[in-house]
Amino acid sequence: MTTISSSDLLAAAALPDAAGRFGIFGGRYVPETLMEALQELEREYAAAAQDERFRAELTRLQRDFIGRPSPLYFAERLTKFCGGAEIWFKREDLNHTGAHKINNTIGQALLTLRMGKSRVIAETGAGQHGVATATACAHFGIPCVVYMGAEDVRRQQPNVRSMKLMGAEVRAVETGSRTLRDAINEAMRDWMGSVRTTHYILGSVVGPHPFPKIVRDFQSVIGRETIEQCRERWQRLPDLVVACVGGGSNAAGMFYPFVTEPTVELLGVEAGGMGNQLGQHASSLTFGRPGVLHGSMSYVLQDADGQTADVHSASAGLDYPGVGPEHSYWKEIGRVVYTNCSDAEALAAFDQTAQHEGILPALETSHALAIAMREAARRGQDQKIVVCLSGRGEKDAAEIERLKKL
Amino acid sequence: MNPIEQLFADLRAAGRKALLPFLAAGDPDLPFTARLLREFHAIGCHLCELGFPYSDPIADGPTIQSAFTRALARGLRVEEIFQMLATAVPRPPAVAMLSYAIIHRQGIDPFVAQAAAAGFAGLIVPDLPAEESCELRRACQARQMALIQLIAPTTSLDRAKRIIDAASGFIYYISVAGVTGQRSELPPEIAENLGRLRQLTDLPICVGFGISEPAQVHALIPHCDGLIVGSAIVRRIEQGLARQRTPEEIVADISRFCGGLLQALEGKPTP
Repeated sequence: MTTISSSDLLAAAALPDAAGRFGIFGGRYVPETLMEALQELEREYAAAAQDERFRAELTRLQRDFIGRPSPLYFAERLTKFCGGAEIWFKREDLNHTGAHKINNTIGQALLTLRMGKSRVIAETGAGQHGVATATACAHFGIPCVVYMGAEDVRRQQPNVRSMKLMGAEVRAVETGSRTLRDAINEAMRDWMGSVRTTHYILGSVVGPHPFPKIVRDFQSVIGRETIEQCRERWQRLPDLVVACVGGGSNAAGMFYPFVTEPTVELLGVEAGGMGNQLGQHASSLTFGRPGVLHGSMSYVLQDADGQTADVHSASAGLDYPGVGPEHSYWKEIGRVVYTNCSDAEALAAFDQTAQHEGILPALETSHALAIAMREAARRGQDQKIVVCLSGRGEKDAAEIERLKKL
Repeated sequence: MNPIEQLFADLRAAGRKALLPFLAAGDPDLPFTARLLREFHAIGCHLCELGFPYSDPIADGPTIQSAFTRALARGLRVEEIFQMLATAVPRPPAVAMLSYAIIHRQGIDPFVAQAAAAGFAGLIVPDLPAEESCELRRACQARQMALIQLIAPTTSLDRAKRIIDAASGFIYYISVAGVTGQRSELPPEIAENLGRLRQLTDLPICVGFGISEPAQVHALIPHCDGLIVGSAIVRRIEQGLARQRTPEEIVADISRFCGGLLQALEGKPTP
């Protein structure tokens, strides 16, 4: 139960403001070359959001192509195993392409067509956003280039293959830490030179305004459906909602419709990696401070000079030194609590979910599962917890085997 | 008067134009940077731009990225750049070019105070668009530092007017939509774009991105007040290091290169 007044919660849900700010967070810290394109995107998105035909087309694709609504599932054996509150999964892993990422890419691909742009670029970490972008582009016949850190290409081979099979070009990024952050840098550089003809489908609630808002809005179908399904099944809302946070798109989509529901606790889980020292984890909200990265002001992991720190997570999708600006804002106003979970705890939660439920969760999702299980154990049986089961874990099987041998 | 304003006022009175070489500070080390800055003064470069290495430079192509990576790999700190500048005398007036991430981390006022104390005459912050720059502008004004704004080929005329209102020192016109780096051809509409910009402002206009050859200098110089050359210089450092040249040899190579551009700037035929 939050103590924030309901008028303050309504005000929070109305953000970002005209400058693209969530409180002090967000904004636009990008080279001038990109500014006109961002303003065009903002205008077109505002028009599309009011356009009945655009919305009807999106709804049809969500139903027929993505397979929405995704089920709300009672994880009965996992609940018994934990011995406390009921654990329920919002099954985003059952979406086409196996994760929540497709909710955003279908929406942004529709925007690409609306803006008359003829080429799409994207970055990807775990490869889920890359696959979802390649899928949306194949569906609409738009040429697509995906930037992916060379280290992630190595640990997420199944997704690299899928992207290529759908006709996308995958460019391995060899600079910096060769992970998600470098893939975003490279996609931004491509966009600097191609901005007149190309739309950049950013995959998380990060980057310059209006990306954090657009991605949150397209992902909010997760939270809206969850509210509807909870009311239908239980005639009430859950006590606690848990989601993992890297850039934070599945969490933003799940939390946003709940922000104005004061009885529901919201808990975001960052990657705790191997320890609390800078370089051992990817917990920007837990250990970072406000700074600028990739076009917006948000919590970041930096050194004392403002250089981006190296981060670590066993999960490629959470291996990022920043976080979406709206999460920073929700942390500041106290609406969402953020915590973290180590590589080892996530791997254990992966095993328990696989063996008790017959569901292989993504390594990213396993972070949320670990904390949800811990919360379930310490709460009464009358409480209900919903976990955003953001993606499936087949892509991680080989990497998990490798990690277990270490 | 700010040294940059003074410089362009003098150049204009003499009917001359400026050459602004760019260096990545600390590539490969700070003594080398200081040495090149003194050389720039010796051969008559008018202003120099010092890039602060940053871990995630999204506006930079591979050449400048690599220079930043080389400098950071040696543990370069912001404070050391300030200390180096004090030792690099005589040198042309210097402008710091850096990501807002670095300024924000130090805090706007402390950063601007340090930069002014170290001798910087202005700042270029490529990832801080005019509408986000109010607070930094105030801090710069308070210390007579110029805050140079960038205008791109994708910038509309309306936007250009607002950017000019926020600018001081000079306008940095980006020749091509893209990242920094050498290009054999510049877009044909560049002269027209510069002409339109000229109608809007009396501020000096300098052109950068992609410039590396005397022929480009000849073509561009009638339309602007100065030229910025970056990647072509940084690449000479990279190649010199790869070929295990001594610092003297690398400085001599860059000196010859900039000397050629300066001659082209004065309208002299390319040797």
